[in-house]
Amino acid sequence: MPAGLAQPEGGAVVSLWTAILVAALVAFGTKLAGHLVPAHLLESPRVRRITGALPIALLAALVATQAFTGPGGTFVLDARAVAVAVAVVALLLRAPFLVVVVLGAATAAVLRALGWA
Amino acid sequence: MTSAADFGTADPGARRAVVRQALSVGVATGAYGVSFGALAVTAGLSTWQAMVLSLLMFTGGSQFAFVGIIANGLGAAPAAIAASSMLGIRNGLYALELTHLLGVRGARRVAAAHLTIDESTAVAVAQREELTSRLGFWLTGVTVFVLWNLTTLGGTLVGNLIGDPRTYGLDAAACAAFTALLWPRLRNRDAVAIAVLGAVVAVVLSPTMPPGIPVVAAAAACLLAWRSPKAARS
Repeated sequence: MPAGLAQPEGGAVVSLWTAILVAALVAFGTKLAGHLVPAHLLESPRVRRITGALPIALLAALVATQAFTGPGGTFVLDARAVAVAVAVVALLLRAPFLVVVVLGAATAAVLRALGWA
Repeated sequence: MTSAADFGTADPGARRAVVRQALSVGVATGAYGVSFGALAVTAGLSTWQAMVLSLLMFTGGSQFAFVGIIANGLGAAPAAIAASSMLGIRNGLYALELTHLLGVRGARRVAAAHLTIDESTAVAVAQREELTSRLGFWLTGVTVFVLWNLTTLGGTLVGNLIGDPRTYGLDAAACAAFTALLWPRLRNRDAVAIAVLGAVVAVVLSPTMPPGIPVVAAAAACLLAWRSPKAARS
């Protein structure tokens, strides 16, 4: 790391690199750990049902936090909530995927441009 | 692993649909890479350091949290690592289902692990057929990986020329996309109950718990599938 060593506080630059590499390693290790769980532990019908339902619970939770929480995790109803509502209506009307996504984006963009949410 | 040729046996209509989903999710996510690159430089990271995060960490929420906290100085490094790690836990849980779905070993399993993120998982589980699920996972993962890294690089070099992605509603586009990808799985009452419970738990816990933990805690909603055979894909 020549750039870091050339600076007066070279140690600090190395520390930032260390933090980056440790964080990246933990993130990848977490992903890999899930893929390395022995297959026989995940084979029973009951465990299969539960792991099959995992993405449903996680993705629903992810959408909910992305759409309905603001700074500090507080509950917020703004342009994102309206956009999700519009997306749900579009899905109920069997709109294609791209239409749903574009409607969601356009709803939030227009509400924000108008200063309504 | 399934070879590329095997994807050819999937229904053409379903294949086109999954390609459209993968590409549109990839493009929307890519736009956020510009924000990430610009934010990383503002936080004091070099282009190389931002690129290492996008190349090696490769999980957007964790990356944003990491640079947001490290911007406060190196004293915040343990907090930055803790925050990015907590936000990454859900990827490990996605992997429990994906490892079964993808059926890969060796080096391909390592590649699958690296591409295990919200977007690739959502597109994979949205498909009815195993073949299109696999195609969706790999195509979305690779598309997001390439665009995320290219746009991160662009963001660090020229700054955030496109401005706040929220101006274009791209945050809402992501919410709409995940909702649409979840939609086909909500065909029965048990799956709906799991989704609603997960969503409520996450929102209720959000004000009192560090980012990432509410979503992981909401995963407990999948235990509703303990008794019911209907919630999981047949």
